[in-house]
Amino acid sequence: MDKRSEMHRRERRRYVIGYGGSLLLTLTVFAIAYWFGIETKGVYLAIGLLGLAQLIVQLVYFLHIDRRRSSREDLDLVLFSTLVLLIIILGTVWILGNLAMRMHMPGM
Amino acid sequence: MKPAPTHSYPGLNLGRRHASAHKATEVVTFGFWVFLMSDLVYFGLMFGVYITMIDAQAGGPGPRELFDLYSIFAQTLILLTSSLTVGLAMLALKYNLPRGRIVLWFGVTLLLGLSFLVLEIRDFMSMAEKGGIPQRSGFLSAFYGLVPLHGLHVAAGCVWLVVLGIQLRVMGMTDLVISRVVRLALFWHFLDLIWIGIITIVYFGGLTYG
Amino acid sequence: MTSAESGFFGRLNWDAFPIAGLIQDPNTNEIVANAAAGVVIVGVAAVLGLLTWFRLWGPLWRDWLTSADHKKIGIMYIVFAIVMLARGVLEGVVMRAQQAAGPGEGFLEAEHFAELFSTHGTIMIFFVAVPFVFGLANFLVPLMIGARDVAFPVMNQISLGLTVSAGMMLMVSLVVGEFSTGGWTAYPPYTGAAFNPGVGPDYWIWAIVVSGIGTTLTGINFAVTIYKLRAPGMKFMRLPMYCWTIICSSILIVFAMPPLGVAALLLAADRYLDFHFFTNDLGGNMMNYANLFWLFGHPEVYLLVLPAYGIYSEVFATFSAKRLYGYNSLVIATMSIAVLSFTVWLHHFFTMGQSALINAVFGIATMLIAIPTGVKVYDWMATLYRGRIRFSVPMLYGLAFLMLFVIGGLSGVILANPTVDYQVHNTLFLVAHFHNVLLPGVLFGLLAGYNYWFPKAFGFRLDEAWGRTSVVLWTVGFMLTFLPLYFVGLMGMPRRSYSWEDPSFHPYMITAVIGALVILAALLSVVVQLWVSIRNREQSRVPVGDPWDARTLEWSIPAPPPPYNFAIIPHVTDRDDFAAAKERGEAYPHPDQYEDITMPRNTGLGFVLCVLSGVWMFALVWWIWWLAALMTVMMILSFILWTFQTDTEEVISAEDVRRQHEAWLDLVRNATPVNRDHEGAPENTGLARPDLEAAT
Repeated sequence: MDKRSEMHRRERRRYVIGYGGSLLLTLTVFAIAYWFGIETKGVYLAIGLLGLAQLIVQLVYFLHIDRRRSSREDLDLVLFSTLVLLIIILGTVWILGNLAMRMHMPGM
Repeated sequence: MKPAPTHSYPGLNLGRRHASAHKATEVVTFGFWVFLMSDLVYFGLMFGVYITMIDAQAGGPGPRELFDLYSIFAQTLILLTSSLTVGLAMLALKYNLPRGRIVLWFGVTLLLGLSFLVLEIRDFMSMAEKGGIPQRSGFLSAFYGLVPLHGLHVAAGCVWLVVLGIQLRVMGMTDLVISRVVRLALFWHFLDLIWIGIITIVYFGGLTYG
Repeated sequence: MTSAESGFFGRLNWDAFPIAGLIQDPNTNEIVANAAAGVVIVGVAAVLGLLTWFRLWGPLWRDWLTSADHKKIGIMYIVFAIVMLARGVLEGVVMRAQQAAGPGEGFLEAEHFAELFSTHGTIMIFFVAVPFVFGLANFLVPLMIGARDVAFPVMNQISLGLTVSAGMMLMVSLVVGEFSTGGWTAYPPYTGAAFNPGVGPDYWIWAIVVSGIGTTLTGINFAVTIYKLRAPGMKFMRLPMYCWTIICSSILIVFAMPPLGVAALLLAADRYLDFHFFTNDLGGNMMNYANLFWLFGHPEVYLLVLPAYGIYSEVFATFSAKRLYGYNSLVIATMSIAVLSFTVWLHHFFTMGQSALINAVFGIATMLIAIPTGVKVYDWMATLYRGRIRFSVPMLYGLAFLMLFVIGGLSGVILANPTVDYQVHNTLFLVAHFHNVLLPGVLFGLLAGYNYWFPKAFGFRLDEAWGRTSVVLWTVGFMLTFLPLYFVGLMGMPRRSYSWEDPSFHPYMITAVIGALVILAALLSVVVQLWVSIRNREQSRVPVGDPWDARTLEWSIPAPPPPYNFAIIPHVTDRDDFAAAKERGEAYPHPDQYEDITMPRNTGLGFVLCVLSGVWMFALVWWIWWLAALMTVMMILSFILWTFQTDTEEVISAEDVRRQHEAWLDLVRNATPVNRDHEGAPENTGLARPDLEAAT
């Protein structure tokens, strides 16, 4: 087996691992929802963390973003985007949540 | 001049066998990556709007009446699988497998993308039957502002797949076409990432907090 | 009429044209409206007529409209920005005149006045500041980093096309229908369908969405250009300060334009499809709009002012004949401002009703921005310190900026305090504040840049005397117009009032309208300066390319630069590489060999998308659904068809490059170097005598 098809195999395995991992996480999420229901915040926390884990799995195995392999700009960009997203979303939820509470809006 | 690094842009890199395509791809793929980040902010804001409007149901139907988790489960599996098949198409391209293999994986991806859309539209229709139309409440407006936006992206991806399939036939495996396949794969993986956000925040979040 | 039951021409009918209003009820208000429409129609007819008379359609199409050359695209952006600036300034003068008429007086109706301040704001931000800033960036960035073009030349053309077609919508709204009366921020529910069923807010929405897409593409383009296309040796810490500000501003665009697009499109969903994002009923929440809009709005002002800071940095260094002081701190300050600008948006709606804690957090974050800005001001002053300063036009703009901008910045720090903001929000104090940062900050910077780089773009210098006149007029006009507004603002005069009753406002209003007329004169002086400079161009040619003894790479090439910018891509070894080369006596090197250069071919895609998107917007505004659908399909198809083109590049042969470059090198060899005392004299052909000390 030459080096090239060896690499091919390895890269294909990478995709399959990513797929398997994501599949497993997805199944777990839906199984939790099925068995435990989705009313409690504890269950939702678990689901949220599993979602986050799947994001990371796909970023690493499908998009090949990690500290070792990707060029620095890509990782920097993802991190900066995450920072901006967090500021924007958390800020929005904080501001409008607080407003809704003080205004006794039925909306929040 | 130092040799091009093997990993110079997100996604599967073409590597040295496609040296000329690799270099040309680097700049344009980075640009596409920046665009995706801009798009990500777009989605992020829609998530924010959805979170702030999750209770704004105005007496209309809410998540519990409207969401069908079985259908969401099927859509999730379909989209996840299509993310794998688009990756396999990329691999076929990178290792110069016969063009038929690339077209095959393209075809499978397209089929999966279309069936995802069919299921999603069926969901919207059954929601509408239960009175879940965007004109009903702020919550439903936010839902229909976000989920179909993702669907629209998938539809655009499907058009792109078809166009690239034609270009593979007409123009052959030129650097230009190869670099477009790289970007399409990136786009498709990105849509799967957004979908994870949608099931977690829109569906499960809606069911928990709505 | 609802949107579903509109006819072949949608809701478009004869009443949409202002002339109908004039016939039905002739009064001053209608005369002003018709005059504006008339100016647009006569202006367009005159331009078309002149183009036909001088047989310029061919050259216009070949050399400009289809060109993918970043320099030409940049120039077209700036021409567009100046045309729109003329309209924006005129609107400002009309508004000042209305408010100066006296208590309860005036010649305009409330609706018309509201249209004026809405278009004035929209135009000045989106169609003057943005295109001017990115027009300059287009022209300069590839030249400064030693590249042949931007990363995506065709996308650049599309950006221009979308920006121009969106700007045209504001012109069309003068002639057909009316524009929004909701201010440049277009807050719902006032701009929602329930209160404002007309076409006005729709013109605003689509102009904003389309120009927003164009601007986003520009941001992506410049971020990638500076990241990936720098000449060999141009490390990040060797980038000219201007390029640093452009990369930060591009990143701001990439992340800050989406909130605007979301806000405008959700408003469109409310208006067109009866959604309930921002309505009063069924769970809508208009405060979501305020939040989204200012998530964009605050980064927006920094993405405009940062490039102006960059221009000042280059101007201060060149005209002080010194290296820029505190380069590292300026870079860090620029990046800090870019990041901090995402954390302060709430200060635009302190009075919304959220808790004091949130107001305090955002108030403090706002005050923090003053720190990096202060660092910059000190760095610029330290650059001037013990420099050999020349009071050329760009430098005069810079000095006016330094003094006036500090006042504007300080009034910003005052406003950052929520308790103060509760008192003065929505008064003219605020109007005075942001004009005080936008005019001396952004506009003076752009005019400084225009005077500074004009010879690079066109090969001859602008007239110094008229330049100085316009500096004085702009400065005096600005101060007369806007400083009084601080006082009436503190006295409690609300902004955007078409009429008022308190007689103590009157003297201030009179002063402001005099100032507005001086600003109008300043605008005219810019036109006269251009006219005089073109007429006297034979006495001010600078073909060698370095009229100001400047420091960065763009001055090391001919003026105007060849299409490929650099015959040989330079190898950069220093921060101010050209200045260093001149000091070493190694400027204008003679290359050993030349190579073929590949450049993007002309394409009509940008122009096609400009026209199609214009018709698309018009169709959407007037509910002509079949036309909107047709245009959507045609835009997608024309783009897809373009992707099938393979012959998108052309090669300029090494022999051609050699011939042109060596002709220029001969010119350099035969030129007489001039010292700085003769900078404005006809003998300055653009070759600088590097020995400043000897010159004094």
